[in-house]
Amino acid sequence: MTALLEIRDLHASVGDTPILKGINLTLNAGEVHAIMGPNGSGKSTMSYVLAGRNGYEITGGDVLINGESVLELSPDERARAGMFLAFQYPVELPGVGGMSFLRAAVNARRVEAGEEEVDQLAFVKMVRAKAGELDINDDMLKRAVNVGFSGGEKKRYEILQMALLEPTISILDETDSGLDVDALKIVSDGVNMLRAPERTMLVITHYQRLLNHIVPDHVHILAGGKIRKSGGKELALQVEETGYAGIDDAA
Amino acid sequence: MAATTQTIEQVEQATGKYKYGFVTEIESDKAPKGLNEDTIRFISAKKDEPEWMLEWRLKAYARWLTMTSPDWAKLDIPPIDYQDSYYYAAPKQAEKLASLDEVDPELLATYEKLGIPLNEQKRLANVAVDAVFDSVSVATTFREELSKVGVIFCPISEAIRDYPELVKKYMGSVIPVGDNYFAALNSAVFTDGSFVYIPKGVRCPMELSTYFRINEQNTGQFERTLIIAEDESYVSYLEGCTAPQRDENQLHAAVVELVAMQDAEIKYSTVQNWYPGDENGKGGIYNFVTKRGVCRGARSKISWTQVETGSAITWKYPSCVLQGEESVGEFYSVALTNNYQQADTGTKMIHIGAGSRSTIISKGISAGKSQNCYRGLVQMQPTAENARNFTQCDSLLVGDRCGAHTVPYIVSRNPSAKIEHEATTSRISEDQLFYCLQRGIEEEAAVSLIVNGFCKEVMKELPMEFAVEAQKLIGISLEGSVG
Repeated sequence: MTALLEIRDLHASVGDTPILKGINLTLNAGEVHAIMGPNGSGKSTMSYVLAGRNGYEITGGDVLINGESVLELSPDERARAGMFLAFQYPVELPGVGGMSFLRAAVNARRVEAGEEEVDQLAFVKMVRAKAGELDINDDMLKRAVNVGFSGGEKKRYEILQMALLEPTISILDETDSGLDVDALKIVSDGVNMLRAPERTMLVITHYQRLLNHIVPDHVHILAGGKIRKSGGKELALQVEETGYAGIDDAA
Repeated sequence: MAATTQTIEQVEQATGKYKYGFVTEIESDKAPKGLNEDTIRFISAKKDEPEWMLEWRLKAYARWLTMTSPDWAKLDIPPIDYQDSYYYAAPKQAEKLASLDEVDPELLATYEKLGIPLNEQKRLANVAVDAVFDSVSVATTFREELSKVGVIFCPISEAIRDYPELVKKYMGSVIPVGDNYFAALNSAVFTDGSFVYIPKGVRCPMELSTYFRINEQNTGQFERTLIIAEDESYVSYLEGCTAPQRDENQLHAAVVELVAMQDAEIKYSTVQNWYPGDENGKGGIYNFVTKRGVCRGARSKISWTQVETGSAITWKYPSCVLQGEESVGEFYSVALTNNYQQADTGTKMIHIGAGSRSTIISKGISAGKSQNCYRGLVQMQPTAENARNFTQCDSLLVGDRCGAHTVPYIVSRNPSAKIEHEATTSRISEDQLFYCLQRGIEEEAAVSLIVNGFCKEVMKELPMEFAVEAQKLIGISLEGSVG
């Protein structure tokens, strides 16, 4: 079976500073992986590098979606190939209506897949159905993308986009940051609903608490730009007890 | 055969982003090249004008000869040889047209291609159109329906013959012949344009629209529009414009005058899409336009909305003279420049009446190697007791080789007047772009989305029928601005 996402000995730098120093990771369909690590370990860099953001130089290794290298693909091409990144800090787009933004994103994928674009009415229905489950009301949908949203609203809006775009590979970058307990539950429930045998998720987090809600199949500890240790969900609990310092024995 | 068509389309797509750049092959009747008194007599005779009109033109011409081209704008205007141009060009057709059936099919096809169907069956719903082709109006739709409620909507050349009293009273009353160099030139050689008269108490039942098309080579277009709204009347008017893709520059110097009487409202919208020149700055229209409205009566209102994406050089300041008490002036503008385009545009709000109010919302977008300048004057006269102005000027830069400039002039001669000015300059951020891309939206579509968001406050002022078109236009005009 081909992995949905494979990361092979990935090295990346910002300017002259190496940040990722040889990451290996294989995400198969149906699996949820968690990446944990202290601040500055390269977690966010990793999500940006995978999504193809400008400003990072790949100095070695490869990233494959369904067995094909995507390093030459632009961020939008990777997105249409099935990759979704839930941002740690979702970006405000003043004046850009939420509905037209969401529809442009959904239609971009449809066109790529040779399907018909979704018409406005059908789309509104589709969005409302998914929005209800995430406690997103019509007023929020009418506003400009992320403008004037609270931290919790922004995170829920990310999950709504994920639900609409139905990505095969989802990368959640510190989705728990800035959320209170109730918001964390709504967001996690939303993510859990999207778990499916044909999909995979990479949950990046600093704290273990998110993993009580989104229970991973595999946990990896990232530190100093390398995966230091991999294990099952119990590894996350170990981090909680001993901190990252106590884990660093695989280096 | 199919393969050939496809190739042509592909070539067109690759080379010409400007989809209105075609030329209509039609025989035309032209004035001799050059500008002198004889040219003016030729135009006046062609239009079958009364003597007073010819005199008015000649006076304007004499005035123009004493004037010099304005040089205060932040524009680099190459010298213009006024003798190397035609001042009158008209498609040859039957002199008088009883109905649209007599309009040359080539012309009908041209407007069809431009998305402005003139055919009875295909007319735009609820929009009356006056189609001006080079120097003449070729068709005006819905005239009968409009005349039932007393609204006059006709080519200005006709109004000069049929409604001389109205024309004499108002033409030049807002923009005197000697107002500026280009207004004087227009007054001497104007060829056609629209005339609108809304009688007292009438709310014009449909949108009025004029569609200007320059077709001929080496021809300038000098149209003149006059709109008069009597007490308690309302009209919404829209103009659109396009021109073929040519290597040499062509001059367009228009004059638009609006008069709003007591409690009247005029809403004037422009979607300006003259050929902007190619990506190397070759060709394109010089758009030197004088537009001014006067709110003569109490509580009258004039609102200018413009979406400017075309022209190689734009010099244009639609203004309001707020004479009536509690009269209202509005200016909503999107000016987008790409490649080597230059725009110096803005407005003037002259407050005379007590309690008059004005709002200016200007959105400038510069891309490529273009230069985009907002220039605006807010003036409070001593009589403008408690007058208010709010101005917001936002500039957006796309790329790092373009320029955005804001030059506000504020003059207050009344201590009770309030003036607010806000301005921002920003760039499309890497974060915003990446966010859109990550959702699968292509880069050019993403830029268009973000820019349209930036312009939203202005776009929502456009009549519904044209808002969608204007949105697409913004996207098209930005093509090639990223990457």
